[in-house]
Amino acid sequence: MRDGTSTTHGAAVALTALEKRYDSVAAVAGVSLDIRSGEFLTLLGPSGSGKTTTLMMIAGFEMPTAGDIAIDGQSVVGLPPYKRNIGMVFQNYALFPHLTVTDNIGFPLKQRGVSRAERSKLVGEALDLVHLPGYGNRYPRQLSGGQQQRVALARAIVFQPRLLLMDEPLGALDKQLRENLQLEMRRLHADLGITFIYVTHDQEEALTMSDRIAVMNEGKVAQVGRPEELYDRPASRFVAGFIGESNFLPAVVRDVDGETVVADCQGAVVRGLCRKPPDSGQSIVLSTRPERMRFADEERSDSASNRLRVTVSEAVFAGERCRYLLRTADGTSIVLKEPSSATVRRRSVGEQAEVAWPVADTILV
Amino acid sequence: MIPLLLAAPLLLYMLVFYALPVLAMLLKGFGEQHWTLAHYASLADDPVFLKTFWNTLSTAALVTLGTLLLGYPVALALVRTRGVTAAIILVVILLPFWTSVLVRSYAWMVLMGRHGLINEALLAAGLIERPLRILNTSLATVIAMIHILLPYMILPIANALRQIDPSLARAASGLGASPFQAFRQVVLPLSVPGVAAGVLLVFVLSLGFYITPAMVGGPRDITLSMLIAQQVDQLNWAYAACLSTVLLATSLALIAAFQRLPGIGNAFRMNTR
Repeated sequence: MRDGTSTTHGAAVALTALEKRYDSVAAVAGVSLDIRSGEFLTLLGPSGSGKTTTLMMIAGFEMPTAGDIAIDGQSVVGLPPYKRNIGMVFQNYALFPHLTVTDNIGFPLKQRGVSRAERSKLVGEALDLVHLPGYGNRYPRQLSGGQQQRVALARAIVFQPRLLLMDEPLGALDKQLRENLQLEMRRLHADLGITFIYVTHDQEEALTMSDRIAVMNEGKVAQVGRPEELYDRPASRFVAGFIGESNFLPAVVRDVDGETVVADCQGAVVRGLCRKPPDSGQSIVLSTRPERMRFADEERSDSASNRLRVTVSEAVFAGERCRYLLRTADGTSIVLKEPSSATVRRRSVGEQAEVAWPVADTILV
Repeated sequence: MIPLLLAAPLLLYMLVFYALPVLAMLLKGFGEQHWTLAHYASLADDPVFLKTFWNTLSTAALVTLGTLLLGYPVALALVRTRGVTAAIILVVILLPFWTSVLVRSYAWMVLMGRHGLINEALLAAGLIERPLRILNTSLATVIAMIHILLPYMILPIANALRQIDPSLARAASGLGASPFQAFRQVVLPLSVPGVAAGVLLVFVLSLGFYITPAMVGGPRDITLSMLIAQQVDQLNWAYAACLSTVLLATSLALIAAFQRLPGIGNAFRMNTR
């Protein structure tokens, strides 16, 4: 289906102030997002965050109550789904149970008037692409979940759409299979060069697969960025808590120095990075990742690190790392993850300790 | 053992009041004093029987076709609407169920009579110059039976349509199928089990219809059940028993045939998973 001279390129999708209201409840409350040509963009959010509704509006199954959707500069809001030429993979695969694998994959080609011979050639190539050659004569019910997912994928790309939408396509599969398919989807994305918009509530999946992630919450985009940007520089407490694990330390602003905020936290002075400088004396929350913290009793303090005195309240050995639950003087819980090693002394419950972490990994949220 | 015990009262009832009388009737067809196949042999070249049998089958076929064409869109409307509208559609469908066949047949006599509503309306509109003969024709039988049997077609089809995963229609649309293509290639084939169940139900029920064809049908278009009643009136028990057996055998043969159709037999089996 592809060759060296293929001119297929991904569609660019622009969402402008997109809104979907049911009666007075807004499922999507003003989403603006530019999805670049050929990008793998994930809409990530908890259930009810509006991510699936946004996807359904792009596909054409839901009508926006306000705003616009443009594909390559052309508004598609007025077009029914069958005229949008978008590939779509559904959560439950939605394979046609009365059709064989071949006829399922050939379905979009048939609607487009592709001849039988051409259809059979393209279906064969699509089956090869998803590693299911020879499965053409089976019915969906004769396939495993992972195989059904591959057929759904083949069906969604066989007509060479320039945009592929996926609604939690791996949700029903077990962990091992999910990880394999994640890698395959990445490979497929690289091979096809088309734009992928992927919906999931699984932050790990989003981090592994995406070029960029749009984190959604309560019908709005909370933050858009590359996975490492979102992880290292969360813009809000919601994003910091939803992507990965975060420690939140309440503090009071003492001083602001450019992008660095200096604050009082449990009797210690703690520094962190901020986007917008807060006012002096303002109560703020600083966030940091558990794996960026370390026990530092033997270390000398330096200006690049923050330090805090804690008591160990729980210690869990989890193979590759140890996970400690710590309490600060005022009772705030902190999680610390330490790579396990025979050279590192394990802390016991009730022990006093001092933890340190880089200022560069401390973010005002 | 327990399930069998639970079913025992009904089984006993069916045995005494259904199976035994049916058996007795079947036996009557083989002669009242001596065993003979003469009654059955005579059917083969009995013009009255052949005409009646043909008339019964063709009426049943027309009624089945009519209920299918009228009922499928209604079933589709029923499953595609929600709330009050769906409830209203359902009540309208079920109304015939709650009214006796006799009452409805009388109602049709009033409507289709020489001076009935239909003729009066057509005369008033100037579409016809003299009243049409509708009542006591085979057309009247077919119209009235379609009305009475429509629920038996609509409900199984609606049930089959309701079981189709709604995401399949969405998928079809997303993959480029227009609403008509999606219906033709996805919804229609997946509703075939419901259609088969409705067709079988309506056809078999039509075969045994008595009151409606007797009241609104034409005097020459008698059906098998009318012929049976006539023979019983004339105390011609053996002949009546023969005809009843033919009717029963035809119904059973149809049910057996439908069970064998691939993917359709399931429609009649209970889901025990």
